[in-house]
Amino acid sequence: MSGNMNLTLKVWRQKNAEAKGKLVNYKADGISPDMSFLEMLDVVNEDLIKKSEDPIHFDHDCREGICGMCSLHINGRPHGPKHAVTTCQLHMRSFKDGDTIVIEPWRAAAFPVIKDLATNRAAFERIQQAGGFISVNTGGVPDANDIPIPKVIADEAFNSATCIGCGACVAACKNASAMLFVSAKVSQLALLPQGQPERYRRVQAMVAQMDAEGFGNCTNTGACEAECPKEISLTNIARMNRDYLTAKLFKEEEV
Amino acid sequence: MKLDAKIPEGPLAEKWSKQKFNLKLVNPANKRKYTVIVVGTGLAGASAAASLAELGYNVKAFCFQDSPRRAHSIAAQGGINAAKNYQNDGDSVYRLFYDTIKGGDYRSREANVYRLADVSVNIIDQCVAQGVPFAREYGGLLDNRSFGGSQVSRTFYARGQTGQQLLLGAYSALNRQINLGKVKMYTRHEMMDVVTIDGEAKGIITRDLVSGKIESHEGHAVLLCTGGYGNVFYLSTNAMGCNVTAAWKAHKKGAYFANPCFTQIHPTCIPVSGDHQSKLTLMSESLRNDGRVWAPKTVELAKKLQSGEIKGEDLKEEDRDYFLERKYPSFGNLVPRDVASRNAKDTVDEGRGVGSTGVAVFLDFADAINRLGEDAVRAKYGNLFDMYYQITDENPYKRPMRIYPAVHYTMGGLWVDYNLQTTIKGLYSLGECNFSDHGANRLGASALMQGLADGYFVIPYTVGDYLANIGPKPVDANHPAFAEAKKNVEERINKLLSLRGTKTVDDFHRDLGHIMWEYCGMARSEEGLIKAKGLIRQLREDFWKNAIVLGINEEMNHSLEKAGRVADFLELGELMVDDALNRKESCGGHFRVESQTEEGEALRDDENYSYVAAWEYQGDNQAEELHKEDLVFENVKLTQRSYK
Amino acid sequence: MSNFAQTFSSSLGKKLIMSLTGLFLCTFLVVHLIGNIQLFKDDGGQAFNAYSYFMTHFPPIKIISYLLYASIIIHAIYALVLTLNNKKARPIAYASYNGQANSPWTSRNMGILGTIILIFLVVHMSNFWAQYHWGDLPYAKYEVSLSNPSDVKVTPIPFNASVAEPAHADYVQGDRQVLVAKDLYKIVNESFQQWWYVALYVISMAAMSFHLIHGFRSAFQTLGWDNNKYVPLIRFLGVWVFGVLIPIGFAAMPLYFFFFK
Ligand SMILES: Cc1cc2nc3c(=O)[nH]c(=O)nc-3n(C[C@H](O)[C@H](O)[C@H](O)COP(=O)(O)OP(=O)(O)OC[C@H]3O[C@@H](n4cnc5c(N)ncnc54)[C@H](O)[C@@H]3O)c2cc1C
Ligand code: HEM
Ligand code: HEM
Ligand code: SF4
Ligand code: F3S
Ligand code: FES
Repeated sequence: MSGNMNLTLKVWRQKNAEAKGKLVNYKADGISPDMSFLEMLDVVNEDLIKKSEDPIHFDHDCREGICGMCSLHINGRPHGPKHAVTTCQLHMRSFKDGDTIVIEPWRAAAFPVIKDLATNRAAFERIQQAGGFISVNTGGVPDANDIPIPKVIADEAFNSATCIGCGACVAACKNASAMLFVSAKVSQLALLPQGQPERYRRVQAMVAQMDAEGFGNCTNTGACEAECPKEISLTNIARMNRDYLTAKLFKEEEV
Repeated sequence: MKLDAKIPEGPLAEKWSKQKFNLKLVNPANKRKYTVIVVGTGLAGASAAASLAELGYNVKAFCFQDSPRRAHSIAAQGGINAAKNYQNDGDSVYRLFYDTIKGGDYRSREANVYRLADVSVNIIDQCVAQGVPFAREYGGLLDNRSFGGSQVSRTFYARGQTGQQLLLGAYSALNRQINLGKVKMYTRHEMMDVVTIDGEAKGIITRDLVSGKIESHEGHAVLLCTGGYGNVFYLSTNAMGCNVTAAWKAHKKGAYFANPCFTQIHPTCIPVSGDHQSKLTLMSESLRNDGRVWAPKTVELAKKLQSGEIKGEDLKEEDRDYFLERKYPSFGNLVPRDVASRNAKDTVDEGRGVGSTGVAVFLDFADAINRLGEDAVRAKYGNLFDMYYQITDENPYKRPMRIYPAVHYTMGGLWVDYNLQTTIKGLYSLGECNFSDHGANRLGASALMQGLADGYFVIPYTVGDYLANIGPKPVDANHPAFAEAKKNVEERINKLLSLRGTKTVDDFHRDLGHIMWEYCGMARSEEGLIKAKGLIRQLREDFWKNAIVLGINEEMNHSLEKAGRVADFLELGELMVDDALNRKESCGGHFRVESQTEEGEALRDDENYSYVAAWEYQGDNQAEELHKEDLVFENVKLTQRSYK
Repeated sequence: MSNFAQTFSSSLGKKLIMSLTGLFLCTFLVVHLIGNIQLFKDDGGQAFNAYSYFMTHFPPIKIISYLLYASIIIHAIYALVLTLNNKKARPIAYASYNGQANSPWTSRNMGILGTIILIFLVVHMSNFWAQYHWGDLPYAKYEVSLSNPSDVKVTPIPFNASVAEPAHADYVQGDRQVLVAKDLYKIVNESFQQWWYVALYVISMAAMSFHLIHGFRSAFQTLGWDNNKYVPLIRFLGVWVFGVLIPIGFAAMPLYFFFFK
């Protein structure tokens, strides 16, 4: 087919969490610009399998930019060169014939590599478990329209809620800080009236867990916002800072 | 075994409350002595696990992704139905019930569907209380839209990502229980088998997808919430990991599989671009509210469009065939999914398809843009247009979109009774994994509703009844059934790992997909199905000789994971074909060419096929035994659908 | 751990300290610049020396000075702690990292910029501040005519180790206002005759400019003050006042002395 590309890949290969990894070169030939980045890797993997070589392991599932499972650091940027898309939504037409593409896993102490490009993001889970919820049981809740919520607030909460938990913010941040993710989660519930009763408790619990996981400290560089596939805004970080400091410095009761 | 759906007696509207009264309760002090295993933590599983843990049961929950938040429910875009009647436009529980039964082409149970409609209102309350940010009006109240051709606006939505928002709600409830220690969550774990003791489910065998460790887990009841099996078609709108393994293993252990051939094909998906394609992307059905579907009138014009000689937007009005508007003047572009899909396929089969592959039709917004202005169209569909542009590199504001149907949802699944129990005692099935509520076709925005209804509002009652009956005696983890199931799993893994043939597992999967799509997709014929059966058998045999499965068990091994799933699809595929062969009627989402009206429309055969086909496994390579659950309609009158 | 200790050992608490100390330093800069503008006065250093005296002897300002020293030290220590923590958070570096694609250079190099400022401060303070406090400074006597303020008589009193230091004095004698003060002006003037000194100042001011272009705005983000209504103002102040005006003002001083004095 015309318009096909031949590429060189430098892929991080690492047998398991303990092993030492290294970048390995692969050829990816005859790549169609219509392929998604992951489909390109599929093609490379099919070749590897046919040669009885271990295929490149990477996380993925929905392949439409919503599950947050895919997570590749491509040519120095999480989710590759395009703005506001995930790796699975990146198409090969964003590259040129003859390009060399460096593919690495998310790098963070809190996201250890499991194998090759797949990392363990359980730290995000634990942060959410620490407080990312509203404590209501099933049943016995008020009618959905009993609590009117101004549209601007609802929309703002929604914007925060669009985070897909991919971890690109951590991967992009020079400090491997998880502030954007955590603040998006904190913000969604801090904005909504339903989230008020636990607002200050939640932010303290989630920040404490975030710190315990060994993420870095935010120095407001903004790379996270620039690379976030869902364009989560830095305003969330400011909001979380505000809530946290309010909770710690101005709330009398042990919330 | 005689199928007993355990539908309570009495008037439709009272069945569920009566049932709730009749179901036994577990003594609160005893609840902590029970363990419930929940496999799958999508909408159905997460809501069930959280609700059961809230009641006091210990829950062990499993999913194969690295987080419950990534379950495929996350991908649902359109919305969730509920009979709230907030819009005062004539909706009611009864109307939602009626629409769902009718939408399912009268192949679902009245009692189940009524209950679904009934609890739908509670779902919305629950989600809002959890902080799900549904769309709102300026007055601060919830917004609704009409969806999938429904006459009332009863769909609640959260921009284009209702599924993600609902799942995050259920996930947060689950997280709360994990934090409280009531749920033990196992991510990156795949269920490999169900363990039954004396015919009752008592546990599962899992593989840790990171270390490869095969583990057994015991519990007083097992809930399968493992989603649909659309990936049997290889290409579908499902996530890559969606699989039938859990349901299939249960089936082989004695759970009947109901209506396996009932698949929903969604008309507005982005067409395949080449062999490399790994999955298909759905664009919300709402596009058909303003977009017009057409194809060129002649094959010659189609050829020119395919070669790129002319572009869609260049075609003159008189050369275009707005085939849905032409054939269905009253519903036009808003005919149900199956009708729209089938007509697109027919058009392509006639050689009038567009795009470089010729396997697509146009969905054109030029009129809408003229009428409403580009900004209004952008406000409504901007994110979908962006997505389309992203994938195809074509600007839908300028050039008509190309669409083609794709497999989207499976109505079939494990047979369950009114209590969601399968034919194995103590084994329950929830969400898309079961067959229960959608008959032969699912209405848009009702799968999310069903998953959450099952998990939040049905299972907490029904599983309690079972648990109360068996008592809180601990399950014997040393029972030989566990060791045996574990051994079988290990043997199968070893067998897969010994395959060092010449063809990759993906190749087999792709081949299976082609067969299924060609012969067991939108239109099926006896001849085609018989052929398909033979092809699948061959393919399966070949798989066990010629597949390549690399690596070892004791590591993260995608090659092995995939092989196990495809091996199960290869078995399921044949059952789907058998089921399709058996059902010699056109109904719901599928069309049997032998059963059509004079005008070529689907012809349902209520006299002979008004039943649920539940299949019982008989052993490897044995024909399965069919059990029929007759469907009794006491409240609705059966009518043939007509969208003319 | 007490609530307080917990707060300040948390990542957000540490950042709070960075931002408060940073902002305090920013306000100092404004005051310091305004004060130092007296250097441009062609009065033989009278106004500047008087100002210096005031700044070192007026009790409330003295207290603020101590706060200032503490701020510098704390700011530097926390900067070090944060930077080390952040290094630990990514033990394996990317082989390929394209930072400029997603973030401004300044924001990624605050530590380096800060270190340059720290070096500057050490040199600067050992030269002027330590000199002023403990050094052997010359004095100057200014006699200003009350009837004609432009009639000033300046008598330098060079440092002489064998003579007891003249006392600082400010009195009226006849029709003249007499001021005897440490002649810091002279020290400044002499320092800024050395090219390398001037170079250090100018480079440091460039570093400070970059540090503050990011830092000023950043501090407000850290405090959670990001209301859309005044974020543009903060950005404006950060860039134009703290990033441009103030550094240029400071840099102009050594250049002025080097080229014009
Ligand atoms: C693109 C798309 C759009 C849709 N849009 C809508 C819509 O707008 N409205 C609507 O109502 N419906 C929609 N649907 C349908 C709906 O999303 C699904 O039917 C529903 O979410 C299924 O939920 P579930 O909980 O049953 O399964 P899933 O969400 O698929 O969850 C399955 C769970 O099972 C786990 N699992 C699977 N196999 C195993 C195993 N072997 N071992 C361990 N764990 C396992 C998975 O990890 C996962 O946690 C859409 C579907 C698709 C594909
Ligand atoms: C002593 C040497 C200094 C060092 C090592 C240093 C280092 C740092 C570092 C690493 C940061 C963190 C980056 C960030 O959070 O944005 C920072 C922030 C900051 N610095 Fe400095 N700095 C020094 C001196 C100064 C001085 C002299 C000033 C002011 C005149 C200043 C003002 C600020 C401000 C306002 C911030 C932003 C605080 C925040 O983001 O919360 N710094 N500094
Ligand atoms: C380039 C022009 C500058 C000149 C001519 C200058 C001059 C002086 C002089 C003469 C003193 C000692 C007098 C006193 O103690 O009040 C001083 C003190 C000091 N300067 Fe500067 N300064 C300059 C820039 C800066 C800058 C840019 C900073 C900060 C980043 C700074 C920080 C300080 C500090 C912290 C002190 C000690 C203040 C005190 O004791 O209260 N100076 N400066
Ligand atoms: S904030 Fe953005 S980058 Fe970070 S996890 Fe969420 S979606 Fe991913
Ligand atoms: S990139 Fe990192 S430094 Fe903060 S603003 Fe984002 S977390
Ligand atoms: S695979 Fe789901 S977001 Fe990329």
